[in-house]
Amino acid sequence: MSAFRDDVEAMIPALRRYARALARDADIADDLVQDTLVRALRSERLFLGGDIRSWLYTILTNLNRNRRRSLARRPQFTPLLENNPDASGTEAEGRDIARALATLVEDQRSVLLLVMLEGLSYREVANIQGVPIGTVMSRLARARAHVKACLEGERPALRRVK
Amino acid sequence: MTDKNIPVTEDELHAYIDNELPAERHGDVEAWLVTHPDDAERVQSWRAMADALHARYDRVADEAVPKRLEIERLARQPRKWMVGAIAATLVAFIAGGAVGWMAHGAAAAPSAFQILTVDALDAHKLYVVEVRHPVEVPGSERTHLQQWLSKRCGYSVKAPELDGTGLKLVGGRLLPGPQGPAAFFMYEGPTGERFTLYTSRAKTKTAQMRYTAAENSGAMYWSEDGVGYVLSGPIDKDRLNQVARLVYDQTEKSGG
Repeated sequence: MSAFRDDVEAMIPALRRYARALARDADIADDLVQDTLVRALRSERLFLGGDIRSWLYTILTNLNRNRRRSLARRPQFTPLLENNPDASGTEAEGRDIARALATLVEDQRSVLLLVMLEGLSYREVANIQGVPIGTVMSRLARARAHVKACLEGERPALRRVK
Repeated sequence: MTDKNIPVTEDELHAYIDNELPAERHGDVEAWLVTHPDDAERVQSWRAMADALHARYDRVADEAVPKRLEIERLARQPRKWMVGAIAATLVAFIAGGAVGWMAHGAAAAPSAFQILTVDALDAHKLYVVEVRHPVEVPGSERTHLQQWLSKRCGYSVKAPELDGTGLKLVGGRLLPGPQGPAAFFMYEGPTGERFTLYTSRAKTKTAQMRYTAAENSGAMYWSEDGVGYVLSGPIDKDRLNQVARLVYDQTEKSGG
């Protein structure tokens, strides 16, 4: 197996984690990861070196944005429960953070997860979203304030549809 | 030692816990937190938030990778992907989008060229989200695609080479345009960004390149020798302009 494929394969667990938190549905999340991997494999020759990790996060983020855009055309149905709640002691806590994430707008959720869960730098996230670093920082600040308010039991403001 | 009198900003608090703060400012922020309990509480809540995220989602990374995501399998059958929920939502979207597209044709009143541009942007939005059937004829059959579209459109249609900017031809399709058939090509970059080129007969004189944007898509449009061109893509104007120039240069050479 090529070094390129090894590098892509090593990223699958992290991509699944990011996708699950981003899409909040296990099946849709794995669909996103699968599509990301297929595109990556297809574009092997277009990849001219650089950071494979950032590149894969970029593909997944774009795919999710396309998916959301197509969903935006029809009424949105948000499931009350995630479709496979993991049974564990921290389940209630996990549901709270998942619910708080659900109230964030797309770009803020993506920034929050890339920085706090995936440990990417502001610069990397700016490249992934195609925006200046200042925009990443303001999105992050707003996302943190919003999630904090949610976790502390304030009623989340009604989500604005883009 | 730096000046401790410079107040610590909220940006610096974020940078502090994200390891983005310059080392020389570290001590200042730590000293600041001792004397500013509100900020200390906020920083603490952000740490707890990160812990909660890891507690909830790290176990996903620890799960065994499902069979359908095995890299060997995907490399072997690259076409069997994206089924289930996403395909279903796309069907719903396509059905809804097509109705809106037809209705718009009846209501529009502006210039022929504007109608053409709006049609092109609609087609762009309709097809870039398509996963399984974005095109009728794949880019691997470039020659056949060009011959077919030239014959149906009644002028020489060429799919420009955009490999130089990292865009590969996905393929193309025939569409109804405002004044006759339209040729439609789709390109895709390494990160999944998609551009489309829409060309059709337009009863306008040569017009220079213009830019327009709607929702999340942008378009550069121009016309030459009775043919209108619309290049649509993500809303990044510089990138659109760069790709449009490349298209323009090649259509000029081929005689439009």
